Amino acid sequence: MSEILVLVDHDDGAVRKTTTELLTIARRLGEPSAVYVGAGAEAARETLQAYGAAKVYVADSPDMDEYLVAPKVEVLAQLMASASPAAVLIPSTPEGKDIAGRLAIRTDSGVITDAVDARPGGGEGLETTQSVFAGGYTVEARVTRGTPIVTVKPNSATPEQAEGAAQVESVSVTIPDSARATRITDRQPRTKSGRPELTEAAIVVSGGRGTGGDFAPVEAFADSLGAAVGASRAAVDSGWYPHAFQVGQTGKTVSPQLYVAAGISGAIQHRAGMQTSKTIVAVNKDSDSPIFDLVDFGVVGDLHKILPQATEEITRRKG
Amino acid sequence: MNIVVCVKHVPDATANRTFRASDNTVDRAGVDGLLSELDEYAVEEALKIAEAGDGEVTVLTMGPEPATDAIRKSLQMGAHKGVHVSDDAIHGSDAIATSLVLAAALKRLEYDLVLCGMASTDGVMGLVPAMLAERLGIPALTYAVEVSIDGDRVTVRRDSDTAVETVVAPLPAVVSVTDQINEPRYPSFKGIMAAKKKPVETWTLADLDVDASQVGLDAAGTAVTSYQARPPRSSGTVISDEGDGGVQLVDFLAAQKFV
Ligand SMILES: Cc1cc2nc3c(=O)[nH]c(=O)nc-3n(C[C@H](O)[C@H](O)[C@H](O)COP(=O)(O)OP(=O)(O)OC[C@H]3O[C@@H](n4cnc5c(N)ncnc54)[C@H](O)[C@@H]3O)c2cc1C
Ligand SMILES: Nc1ncnc2c1ncn2[C@@H]1O[C@H](COP(=O)(O)O)[C@@H](O)[C@H]1O
Repeated sequence: MSEILVLVDHDDGAVRKTTTELLTIARRLGEPSAVYVGAGAEAARETLQAYGAAKVYVADSPDMDEYLVAPKVEVLAQLMASASPAAVLIPSTPEGKDIAGRLAIRTDSGVITDAVDARPGGGEGLETTQSVFAGGYTVEARVTRGTPIVTVKPNSATPEQAEGAAQVESVSVTIPDSARATRITDRQPRTKSGRPELTEAAIVVSGGRGTGGDFAPVEAFADSLGAAVGASRAAVDSGWYPHAFQVGQTGKTVSPQLYVAAGISGAIQHRAGMQTSKTIVAVNKDSDSPIFDLVDFGVVGDLHKILPQATEEITRRKG
Repeated sequence: MNIVVCVKHVPDATANRTFRASDNTVDRAGVDGLLSELDEYAVEEALKIAEAGDGEVTVLTMGPEPATDAIRKSLQMGAHKGVHVSDDAIHGSDAIATSLVLAAALKRLEYDLVLCGMASTDGVMGLVPAMLAERLGIPALTYAVEVSIDGDRVTVRRDSDTAVETVVAPLPAVVSVTDQINEPRYPSFKGIMAAKKKPVETWTLADLDVDASQVGLDAAGTAVTSYQARPPRSSGTVISDEGDGGVQLVDFLAAQKFV
């Protein structure tokens, strides 16, 4: 069966959910090989095995963390030459896109970004689905040259377990001197919020300018639903919420089961990040807000009254 | 200090963007185009760097004839000169071919720093900056929220999901910037008048020694096989809060099994 390379996204050995999604998609295309770059492969192996990795390529060396994408590009380029995979799947993150772009040039291969699905293309490699023009269109595409390189969005598949052999093969990587010139000189990890990851959450509750800077009702409502918290750019630009939580064209794309927009007007750039959500709810005091064109359920009114009442009601019903 | 900013002319995101039925490429004729909003941040950052020292800002675009408007707007903002690569053979190019043409143009220009937007607002691939760096054999520092130049080194701050990073590289380098980096200026009346006299060169593929067979739809490494407008969402229920809006909201959520 043809080999599919899956670049593992991990936090020092803790495999992110996006990776198990990619392994699940890879199994529809062939036999997945996980490509693990950095420290902690031992800890990661169990998860990679549980989600069907036939092989785990491991590349690790002490100074790897000091460079941007160079180590991952080198390892993948090397494996593309030695293993002749049928496709390479990479998480659709800023880093993933940098890696995909460089690999495409190195190997003269077609590249597709932000796929939400990849499947066998009926004798002709693979076929992908993407959402484009701010979620206004769905397109299907194929790679017509080289080894398909596809970046896949989070939440594109439900991870399914399937035992793999997870045979470990170590890969030695040499980072060329030219790439060593670019160095990460400082890294301040983010403090975790304790809530679900924005791009992975089943429910997202976002606040906008209409919060007036007070995100407490948004957070309390989110917590009553076990949801992640998001924000519009207006709220982020005002310094009310960190940029990592921005939903939209220049923030995160989310596609949860339920999206709640509170005090958000629904500008095209915001819709670009949420309009593929299954169920959409809005709370906004202006009935003419464009967000109401998207909703399954909307409440016209003041979020500072409606959200606390809803939070209280949920708590009451939970008893 | 020579700064080249790569800018793209894109269909207006607030209009009804669509595809050309004949070849499944982005329809660039039926919708008004403009300078990609995300490239305005790159132009602004270039102007700031140039103003802080002694720099010249060249804007570079590849695209059909109307793409010259993207150069014009950048010149109005304050860039010094423009280069427009235009050739019928370019139609339908993918990111691989775009980076080939832009890299060839950059080789004919003098540059210490190449600035890009984080992504174009039509394709939103965000691939070209890394591809340019790969082709030119220089560092790429992408998604910068802060850029500073110190002699022959560039330092950027990146604000990723997991960490805030400081990255340093020698010049020349490619830097892409996000919309968090600055507030792009509006062209002033003076700027608009001055732009009329600024030089804009138009280059063809022949000027760049790029063979037409390497670009365009036929050379693309990917093909869109079909496109479909997302069906409009069926209109939902919108109620007015009469004092029990929160409870009604929970009723809806409970009916949908979210509570
Ligand atoms: C290049 C570019 C990229 C962008 N990227 C993004 C992006 O990634 N994400 C994004 O979100 N935006 C993005 N934007 C910005 C976008 O165009 C809008 O400006 C932004 O989404 C507006 O945020 P908002 O809805 O919170 O604010 P507003 O548009 O000001 O809307 C606030 C809403 O709150 C309502 N409201 C006020 N008070 C209350 C109350 N007490 N109770 C209930 N409702 C109330 C108002 O009726 C209004 O509808 C981008 C713009 C550009 C140019
Ligand atoms: N045709 C083009 N002409 C000039 N610059 C471009 C072009 N296409 C992309 N770019 C640059 O590359 C960045 C990323 O574009 P993309 O990879 O298409 O999302 C843009 O913000 C521009 O700075």
